[in-house]
Amino acid sequence: MHSLIRTHATEISLLGVIVVISAVLSFATANFFSLGNAFDLLNISSVNIIFAVGLLVVLIAGGIDISFAVAASVVQYGTAIALGWIGGGGWLSGFVIAASLGVLLGCVNALLIHRFRIISIVATIATFNIYFGLLMFFTRGVSIYDLPDWLTDRVILFEREMPDGTWIEITLPVLVMIICVVATWTLITRTTIGRQLFAFGDNPEGARRFGINIGAMQFIAFGWLGLMAGIGGLVQAHYAQEVVPNALYGRELDVLAAVVLGGARLGGGKGTVLGCVLGVLLISITQNGLNLMGVSPFAFKMIIGAIILIAITLSNTRLERLLPFAGWKGTRR
Amino acid sequence: MGHGSMHQSASAARTDQPLLSLRNINMTFGGVKALKNVTFEVRPGEVHCLAGENGSGKSTLIKVITGVYRPAEGAIIEYDGDVYPHMSPVTAQERGIQVIWQDLALFPEMSVAENIAFHEVLGRPRLVDYSRMRQIAIEALSRLGITLDVDLPLKEYAIAQRQIVAIARALVGEAKVVFMDEPTASLTQSETDYLLEIVRGLSASGVAVVFVSHRLAEVLEISSRITVLRDGALVGVYPADGMTQSKITELMTGKTFDQHVRARAKDDQPVVLDVRGLGSPGQFEDVSLTVRRGETVGITGLLGAGRSELALALFGMLKPTSGTFSIDGREARFASNRDAIKAGVAYLSEDRLSLGLIQPQSIADNLVIASLHKILSGGLLSDDRKRSLVARWIADLGVKIGHQADAISTLSGGNQQRVAIAKWLATDPKLLILDSPTVGVDVGARAGIFDIVAKLAESGLAIILISDEVPEVYFNADRVLHMAQGRIVGIYDPHQTRLEEIEAAVYA
Amino acid sequence: MTAVFERIKATLGPEMAGPGLAFVAVFVVFGFASPQFLSSATFGSVAFQLPELGLLTLAMLLPILTGGLNLAITFTANLAGLTLAWVLKANGGVDAGFGIFLVGSLLAVMVGAASGVVMGLVIAFTRAHPILVSLSMMIFLRGLGEFLTRGGDISGFPSFVGVIGHGSVAGIPVPLIVFIVCVLAWHLLLGRTKLGFNTYMIGSNLEATRYSGINTRKEIVLVYTLSGIMCAIAGIIMLARFNSVRVGHGESYLLITVLACFLGGVNPFGGFGRVIPVFVALVVLQLLSSGLNLIGANQHLATAVWGILLVGVMILRWVASKIKFSIVRRGS
Repeated sequence: MHSLIRTHATEISLLGVIVVISAVLSFATANFFSLGNAFDLLNISSVNIIFAVGLLVVLIAGGIDISFAVAASVVQYGTAIALGWIGGGGWLSGFVIAASLGVLLGCVNALLIHRFRIISIVATIATFNIYFGLLMFFTRGVSIYDLPDWLTDRVILFEREMPDGTWIEITLPVLVMIICVVATWTLITRTTIGRQLFAFGDNPEGARRFGINIGAMQFIAFGWLGLMAGIGGLVQAHYAQEVVPNALYGRELDVLAAVVLGGARLGGGKGTVLGCVLGVLLISITQNGLNLMGVSPFAFKMIIGAIILIAITLSNTRLERLLPFAGWKGTRR
Repeated sequence: MGHGSMHQSASAARTDQPLLSLRNINMTFGGVKALKNVTFEVRPGEVHCLAGENGSGKSTLIKVITGVYRPAEGAIIEYDGDVYPHMSPVTAQERGIQVIWQDLALFPEMSVAENIAFHEVLGRPRLVDYSRMRQIAIEALSRLGITLDVDLPLKEYAIAQRQIVAIARALVGEAKVVFMDEPTASLTQSETDYLLEIVRGLSASGVAVVFVSHRLAEVLEISSRITVLRDGALVGVYPADGMTQSKITELMTGKTFDQHVRARAKDDQPVVLDVRGLGSPGQFEDVSLTVRRGETVGITGLLGAGRSELALALFGMLKPTSGTFSIDGREARFASNRDAIKAGVAYLSEDRLSLGLIQPQSIADNLVIASLHKILSGGLLSDDRKRSLVARWIADLGVKIGHQADAISTLSGGNQQRVAIAKWLATDPKLLILDSPTVGVDVGARAGIFDIVAKLAESGLAIILISDEVPEVYFNADRVLHMAQGRIVGIYDPHQTRLEEIEAAVYA
Repeated sequence: MTAVFERIKATLGPEMAGPGLAFVAVFVVFGFASPQFLSSATFGSVAFQLPELGLLTLAMLLPILTGGLNLAITFTANLAGLTLAWVLKANGGVDAGFGIFLVGSLLAVMVGAASGVVMGLVIAFTRAHPILVSLSMMIFLRGLGEFLTRGGDISGFPSFVGVIGHGSVAGIPVPLIVFIVCVLAWHLLLGRTKLGFNTYMIGSNLEATRYSGINTRKEIVLVYTLSGIMCAIAGIIMLARFNSVRVGHGESYLLITVLACFLGGVNPFGGFGRVIPVFVALVVLQLLSSGLNLIGANQHLATAVWGILLVGVMILRWVASKIKFSIVRRGS
């Protein structure tokens, strides 16, 4: 039990904060504490969670990626056009096209980083500008509203009216999100490749001496993020029912903040899927709650910024030391 | 040599026939011959020491044996009945050749179990079998007679336990020979003793250990044979019995060192540093000492005895909780090392690579960093002043450099240390604390460092010389203090005491 | 010839090779592609566009040299601009005097400095990663700015503000003069002051710098404060150029400033990098976008080309290091 607390201090702290915030919000607003709202939250957060677990893999492998959000925009556009060529397509062809495009764009980053030894932040800032610039240039900034019906129709997989009159709904984005979360969790904790990614992020030189294929690690990490970006992009197009070329511009930094809030470390070797999901949810819950409380949308962005700043400050001044139950350090010499 | 003939009995063959034998090993890097026709052999179950200065070819040889490097044509590597022209890392591991690198190559964020059973995640992609990994780890640790919580991340453990994890990992793959590269470099004495005990146990169970260490006392204690390399060539193979530290040093450097006690009484000189009952809980207690003008006071003792902590307290980087000290009669209350430097205290860190010098930056910048006020001209830094200040110190201390703008990391350990000393001399100190100034400095270059120390003392500087190598303080200090468990437990005058007596007291 | 080259290399540093080469290449390519390129119109547009991006890049440079990053630069500039705008609005709007402008600018600089001080304190005392600290500061400032302005524009400033944004002194645009003064100030700061010296040392090894008796915390706080002040100057120039302030203005510059620093040979891990190569890199970026404009492309294509240029320069550096290595191996 102690070791569980020690190895998952971030997740437990996050969960604690979420519980406290939820309790406060459920007293402050009538609508917050309902299952309906909880499922709404999941629907809203799906795309960000998909991006976040993808970014988590890159952070674990010791890299960083600035380009994934605009890559997702490129994927949306490319998929919409490709679907037009094949005369509409369906969910399967849509996912195949989006996923392949996403992986391709992710592999461009991996190629630059591995083949030409460009540091990941430099390489991805370059591809960020290339992807976004070319997208805006070729699309002239024009949005696509004329999407196939199957893509824009809401898909409700499960719905039920609750006694309190709210509806709980599980929509397609939630299902896709859950699949992505489980897949990423399996990859990084259950497969040998995932453990190699951790080892590579933790101690690259040590990993090299064990004969771990460094190039493969880069391609898997950035390819996986590309995959998630592609899938996330398609889901976002479905959710928004349109493709706007600069809709996801700037999303990369918000997602990065959430992932790091969830305990992933810039520099590699550390991070969990659970923490990552909780990081995104903490931000959405706060946003949602403030919204329900009638706080101006302009104000709650500021409040969220302040929360992240305080959380990061506290977590670096050893958050677990402030928590009485996690202060136990055992035999540390 | 070393080839068993047909009619030897089986048991005799087991002890005399080498497990590993290398001949004709040549290795060239960019035109520089790193290994010249080297021969090396290890017998089953022996503890064999590989000795040599930095750059003598020890690490290169280990990398050839483990397949990291491929030697030139004509090499013969005989191992356990098979002959190879060169090794590959995979073959070496499969055949039971294991290395524990100096930096351990561990993964601090991963669990102890994963670190020990790391080979379980290598190879063809598949699902991880955590319970198998735990099992392997627990077994490997129990072979060493250790219990650790294998589920905890490795970073939760101290360096000594990490060392054990590295050894456990080496033993997982049915090791026949284990190479240990400077395994004791960051261990305290009791941890070192523990490690040496493990090495003896391995040897007794038939695993050969090749030990690389710069601590010659330890080498003599543990090994049965010693192979000495110099400038990439074999000097010879010697039995440890009858060897002495000075003999090994001579073989390693090819020079004879005529060491004599330099101590001279400085009682007539004014006191520069006066420490009274200084203490900091858990680090050092009730320390009193004086250092006079022109005097060199040696402090020896094992790693973890509180020597460096005492030095940091005098340098204002650690706040003592009891006692006082004064510099030139003025009581010192340092809020930071900036106050200490202002008061005339300088501290040469034992960790030159990460604390003493800023490795990527230039020689000149490293030299002036602590005395920037001296190269100001009209409130701005002056390149001319910097250049002449650096040139003067480089000449004064005989540092061999190319350009002042070259990165300090391009210099040898000895020359780096001279720059580090110059950096502090440029602050006009009254008291210079040298914490293990010869770490990572070639044996041959150490004498030069101590010549500088002697000259500085002559010019009136008060010096504290800290070292865990007793002979260094014995020959170069005017008085020798012995620290153990945070206290000063002995004071010796080198003229009145024999080196062996102090060594016996320290290593006891 | 080689001696001259060596001298130039010694004074400008090895960082100069990339941007220098790109500079020449841009001239050659666009000189042929478009007859209007080598005209005063091109240089006029560069001269007016360069300062905004340039000032923000200077604000980004100092933190990068310490091994950090300041992602809050654009919104710090916005908030500083807002401060000035309010002071002007509250004191007569279009009728406000120059004295009011100076007071407003001073307050704007203080706001910029305050943002830097907070980030610097958090980074220096908690050792949190600068990317995270400045990222959360960015999110906070963006929210604060949008809250205060409700997402709208603030305009209606006295006419002399327009002169600052568009006027020229002796043929040189006023914003360019401000920028060049700031470049020289940064050049002096990094090359000739203790703070500059310590900035490089901290970027290479913070602990070793502390052991050498440098107050590293103070220096880090100062670095981020100066970065914030430079943001404020950028914010004031942006206000003057557009005659309005809107939160989010210049947001797209954020990652371009990082790109410009890397293009100018600044080490992404800190410790190395100089102002002049970064300045040349900025000029190259602006010439590129002006040149592309002339042949009918828009700013978005220019952005993509900027990214390609960075990749190209990084690959060339990689090739150069390979060649150097093989020469060393053969030579000895």
